[in-house]
Amino acid sequence: MTDASADAGWFRGLDPGDEDAVRNAIEHGSADAPADWPALAVAAGFADDEDDYYDALHDATVNATREAVRERERADDQQLKYSVRAMDDADRTANELAERVAEWAGALFDDAGTGVGGAREVAAREPATAAEERVVSLATRVADLADEAADCRAFVERTAPAVAPNLSRMAGPTLAARLIALAGGLGELAKKPSGTVQVLGAEDALFAHLAGRAPSPKHGVIYTHDYVRNTRPEDRGSAARALAGKLVIAARIDHYAGDLREGIHEELDERMATIRARADP
Amino acid sequence: MSLPDGVERRPFDGHDGPWRLWDAGRSKLGATLELGLDTGLVGGESVLYLGAASGTTVSHVADFCGPTYAVEFAPRPARDLVDVAAGRPNLVPLLKDARTPETYAHVVESDIDVVVQDVATRGQARVAVRNRQFLREGGHLLAAIKARSEDVTREPAAVFEDVLDELRGAYRIVETARLDRFHDDHLAVVARPRTTD
Repeated sequence: MTDASADAGWFRGLDPGDEDAVRNAIEHGSADAPADWPALAVAAGFADDEDDYYDALHDATVNATREAVRERERADDQQLKYSVRAMDDADRTANELAERVAEWAGALFDDAGTGVGGAREVAAREPATAAEERVVSLATRVADLADEAADCRAFVERTAPAVAPNLSRMAGPTLAARLIALAGGLGELAKKPSGTVQVLGAEDALFAHLAGRAPSPKHGVIYTHDYVRNTRPEDRGSAARALAGKLVIAARIDHYAGDLREGIHEELDERMATIRARADP
Repeated sequence: MSLPDGVERRPFDGHDGPWRLWDAGRSKLGATLELGLDTGLVGGESVLYLGAASGTTVSHVADFCGPTYAVEFAPRPARDLVDVAAGRPNLVPLLKDARTPETYAHVVESDIDVVVQDVATRGQARVAVRNRQFLREGGHLLAAIKARSEDVTREPAAVFEDVLDELRGAYRIVETARLDRFHDDHLAVVARPRTTD
């Protein structure tokens, strides 16, 4: 091995006790090629012997990787991803349990309502029997879960505009958060082609199409956007394509620049006006 | 077929004693061993594991191997990987992209005995070729190639042919086997680096 490669080892010039420096070296260092680092580290006096080196290496990488993971996961777009998924989970679970409550409460009370609203009414009752106590308790969980979902939604609506101003402006905070969650992060979304973004959330339909079993899906979660849903069916493909194109541009501005730009929003509005004008005789 | 030291077949009769179940249905390397491929693993090797995910398989590897470098790109699984590594002095976790070996060549030593690769990304052959620099002469590459990561629309067999062709630029293919019994559309590849001189 040459001296040049010996210089490139992560341990070069490090004091094993300096955690920040060690972490920085593991995370941001690089080398053109590997070398016999254990032997070189011992020769350089970084470690007493190879066992000592491996101990230091283990401690350094466990620490550095734990910190790097924490930092990456703490990023705001990741928080948005977790919160929108939690919101969907809490909503779905609340509705599912509300059905159980409705069925059960219907057997005990004459005027039991259905859905989360019905569960809230049941939760407000004074139970008279052991069975009523159970159903009221279950209904209380449903109400709590629905509240949690609402809190998550409020968090998403507050966070999304800060994380992705253009995307949130164009898609609304919830849809913006869903797109980020489906892509895995804002940076990942920014790197996707618009055709992929157009069908995010329609993976089953897309793979059925690619396997030759179905027509191509026209839209995924962007269906919830007013520009897609409230465009007549014949023009929905065009609308979804135009919207997805602009959404990706918005995500790229948000990821790489971060300022709010009026221009793209106006362009989208004009394009949608043109598409929708086709419906006029 | 030979299993590495410390790995053995057992009748599955509940779980007691100082051993852990290695599930071939969850681990592609486990399936590779189960199918009896000659992996060159006997125990005590140095290992570079690309695509360690949450560390399930790599924890087994570290338990019978020497220094084991585990590279994983995604933060969420890497969180679990770090926990698995914390209690194993010979397991070195790295949050790095296997497509860019220069970002971890300053940590991973040269002349590694075995490179295990299980990355679900397009360009799996390229990853193997780029990481060949870590392997010693006569070392082993154990790769699980996922056809769907390359192209979901093509026949897996055709995808595997292309991947193997690209691998042949840097490796000599020793053995391959479809893992379909345990993992759909996966091909296990055992290869050794081509000697340049």
